[in-house]
Amino acid sequence: MVTPPGRVVVVGASLAGLAALETLRQEGYDGELIAVGAEPVLPYDRPPLSKQVLQGHWEPDKTMLRGQPEYDALGVTWHLGRRATALDPGTKTVTLDDGEPIRYDGLVIATGATPRRLPGTEGLAGVHVLRTLEECLALRAELETAGRVCVVGAGFIGAEVAASARVRGVEVTVLEALPAPLARAFPAEMGAACAALHLDHGVDLRCGVTVAGFEGDGRVTGVRLGDGTVVGADVVVVGIGVVPETGWLESSGLTLDNGVVCDATCATSAPGVVAAGDIARWPNNLFGETMRVEHWSNAVEQGAAAARRLLAGPGEAAEFAPVPYFWSDQYDAKIQFLGRCCPTDEVRIVDGSVEERRFVALFGRDGRLIGALAFSRPRLLMAYRKLLAAKTSFEDAVAHAARAT
Amino acid sequence: MRVVVDFDRCQSNAVCMDVAPEIFEVRDDNFLYILDETPPESMRAKLEEAVRRCPTQAISLQED
Repeated sequence: MVTPPGRVVVVGASLAGLAALETLRQEGYDGELIAVGAEPVLPYDRPPLSKQVLQGHWEPDKTMLRGQPEYDALGVTWHLGRRATALDPGTKTVTLDDGEPIRYDGLVIATGATPRRLPGTEGLAGVHVLRTLEECLALRAELETAGRVCVVGAGFIGAEVAASARVRGVEVTVLEALPAPLARAFPAEMGAACAALHLDHGVDLRCGVTVAGFEGDGRVTGVRLGDGTVVGADVVVVGIGVVPETGWLESSGLTLDNGVVCDATCATSAPGVVAAGDIARWPNNLFGETMRVEHWSNAVEQGAAAARRLLAGPGEAAEFAPVPYFWSDQYDAKIQFLGRCCPTDEVRIVDGSVEERRFVALFGRDGRLIGALAFSRPRLLMAYRKLLAAKTSFEDAVAHAARAT
Repeated sequence: MRVVVDFDRCQSNAVCMDVAPEIFEVRDDNFLYILDETPPESMRAKLEEAVRRCPTQAISLQED
């Protein structure tokens, strides 16, 4: 090990940042730790926001990732409600929005991503995005009196918001530009399964439609579609993806390309600077693909890997090459996905059927198992993680499925 | 050491079963079963990994 850094600064006080802080301590780092977070709260968990919190089953305190004693034990100086506005790798300095400069020896960039918004929604009350606890509570307060919600985007966040709104008894219309949900990421039958799930629960799902604008003076009353139709809505939720939060790094000289570009060990182009979570784009050599992953498990695993990279000597750091994992809970269905997928991959249903909304689908590319997706089949799905990590052939994976069921 | 699962949080992702199948089993009913609530000390590293990777942060280890 090289001489450990005297002060590590973590910018981004969320899941990846917390994983980095905890890993540094677990690995024996006893130097100074400083964490900077744009939100005024200690790291909390985002997945429940679109589910338990939005449905009203959980209050915000239940989303805290650790109890106060555990946070205290980490020995971190927290700068909360503060944004980093600039990075100078030459002088190893991060500048905060109040002008305060913070010197670092090691830096973890974990500022995540921020929701895309639609033009014409600025200053229009009743239009929401969902990323932070504050945004969740604002949306939840409006769902208490709303009769009709319109969700723009049938991706996972839009789908979970739609499901939670239906659970609350609110009428829901979902608008999707593509011909089916998830059509950019998955083969068509997977999108059909998601569509069927929402239709089962009374969602008015409209695919292949474009949003032309919004109705309402001061407060939204509806969404105007490309064909002139107006979908009436008391509340609109925009779920059309996120963009990595790299604005503060534009003058830093770091290589940026839809995220912070890292090597296979999570190191950026600047010495002593690593990145993790939604913001990091790195070559995952297990899949031979440069990727940026916006999911919970990746934030935990990459936060830890980036921390270990900071402590490692030259050539000592392990490559970060995980099997990405993602889940989504909608109504009573559990959707889980391991690995990678694109719409042109070979697909094989190896258990159950799309019609019964309980199945396992395997995805193959160039003869290799590349991904696995399950609807309400957690026990069967997880077995494929090891097969994906072992670069199993598609044929062998299908044979495994035949033995397992 | 005692393995404790908060079943109000658990959503049966089965990540724990992938990490430590000796202790955690999600069955065909999609519920999680703890096979050994007081596992031997030799399991600690695996169990800590299961705690860390649980997507709903439902698992904790209590010391005796």
